[in-house]
Amino acid sequence: MPVENVNKCLHCGLCVGSCPNNAIFLNEVRLEFNEDCTECGLCSRICPVGALTPGGK
Amino acid sequence: MQKEYDVIVVGAGPGGSTAARFAAMGGAKTLLIEKRQEIGTHVRCGEGLAKGLLDMAEIPVDRNWIACEVDGARIISPGGMKFEVDEAKAGNETGYVIERDLFDRALAKLAGEAGADIKVKTSALGIWKENGKIVGLHLISNGEKHDVRCKIIIGADGYESQVGRWAGIDTTIADSDIMTCVQYRLTNIQIDSKYTEFYAGSCAPGGYIWVFPKNENTANVGIGLGAHIVKHGGEPKEYLDRWIAKQPGMKNAVQLDMVAGGCSINAPLDSVVCDHVMLVGDAARMIDPMTGGGIAHACMSGMQAGKVAADAIKAKDYSKQFFQTYEKAWRGKIEEKLFRNWMATEKVQKLSDETFDKLIGLLAEVGMENISVFNILKAIKDRYPELVKEFEDLL
Ligand SMILES: Cc1cc2nc3c(=O)[nH]c(=O)nc-3n(C[C@H](O)[C@H](O)[C@H](O)COP(=O)(O)OP(=O)(O)OC[C@H]3O[C@@H](n4cnc5c(N)ncnc54)[C@H](O)[C@@H]3O)c2cc1C
Ligand code: SF4
Ligand code: SF4
Repeated sequence: MPVENVNKCLHCGLCVGSCPNNAIFLNEVRLEFNEDCTECGLCSRICPVGALTPGGK
Repeated sequence: MQKEYDVIVVGAGPGGSTAARFAAMGGAKTLLIEKRQEIGTHVRCGEGLAKGLLDMAEIPVDRNWIACEVDGARIISPGGMKFEVDEAKAGNETGYVIERDLFDRALAKLAGEAGADIKVKTSALGIWKENGKIVGLHLISNGEKHDVRCKIIIGADGYESQVGRWAGIDTTIADSDIMTCVQYRLTNIQIDSKYTEFYAGSCAPGGYIWVFPKNENTANVGIGLGAHIVKHGGEPKEYLDRWIAKQPGMKNAVQLDMVAGGCSINAPLDSVVCDHVMLVGDAARMIDPMTGGGIAHACMSGMQAGKVAADAIKAKDYSKQFFQTYEKAWRGKIEEKLFRNWMATEKVQKLSDETFDKLIGLLAEVGMENISVFNILKAIKDRYPELVKEFEDLL
């Protein structure tokens, strides 16, 4: 699962609304990823401010 | 927290507040929830709003939320060609730069005055089902979990929407239908506060840069890039920083804020309703693919969904079938425009800088009485027939 850099993330919800597997939830202060993530890499690539790194655990 | 409502609206953006307002006005017992602690902030928006579109959603204009009134929009090509779209000629399509925080709160106030309950710091966590049927929502409010029953859920939860996906409505869009955006509020800059400006071409592949004036020396300066084109995280911000650094009028810029966000630029979805659920605004992917404008569409669809929800409560019918009245109403207003602008955007995204210079130069030269995608294409066809081949199916 991607790893969120909480110091960069602007909680904009772009990754949440774009994830093809609905594997991200924004609880207003941080992102939560669930097991539906297929590591497709989309969210990390399109984050406007580069706050996600692919492939944590 | 009460245990039961007729209608719960998820998200207090312009779409949700307008939906809650019209549902409550129609007599439905309505709850509007917003996960943030403050309605309206952070402002995640360029704040451009077409005047004419406000009427579509019966929104009373309030001086308090108008930052700036503009005469028109200016489209600027990579080589510096400028095409001005004046308000009258654009059929009222340009107009205000607003204070979104105040605007959103004004709409929430209207919902409250109409009788809707509003709860902030209250987030929908999932749809509550019994025997496969939707009976309500799982919520968390100020840290406490609640299950609240309702007959109708209106998903107004914006670009990040999950209500639709929880309910089984397919709102997934391809990366070519996503714009990845970042925007700064800059002050101490030199701008023309009478125009909103759009910069096209390789400064923003698959999208554009916008400068929307807030006052004489302050503007929302943002960028949207086609998500299928970006190669790595953070690229929109890099592009925007590079562009700003090159603007002589922005040498002494002071940054007041930074926001990011996603815009959908897709063709209209096949369906935005199912039994017990209607989606409005960004949750229903209703942003205009050409302009990126979504505020007015959110309000208009919110109004339609709110009215239909109130009727459904009276008729005791919460079926997908009943909600077709809503589908017809919003599609009647904007579906054709969304579809045409989506097709046009797909083509515009592929134009080279030279072509942009040619086209925008041509438009500036011929001027235009009645501005529409259609008329623009016709003008191009007369001069550069080879360019319109691609666009032929739009004419
Ligand atoms: C950078 C950028 C610039 C833009 N510029 C313009 C512009 O200049 N003009 C224009 O017309 N449009 C613009 N748009 C688009 C515009 O912002 C949206 O179309 C508009 O906000 C849509 O309104 P909405 O009510 O559908 O959703 P939103 O305004 O997104 O509201 C959704 C609300 O739902 C809440 N929410 C989400 N999930 C939950 C949950 N689970 N529980 C409770 N609450 C929840 C959110 O916190 C949010 O407050 C821009 C968008 C971006 C990203
Ligand atoms: S897209 Fe980036 S900035 Fe936006 S919520 Fe996701 S990680 Fe945060
Ligand atoms: S890597 Fe792909 S599947 Fe996983 S959270 Fe990101 S967008 Fe969703």
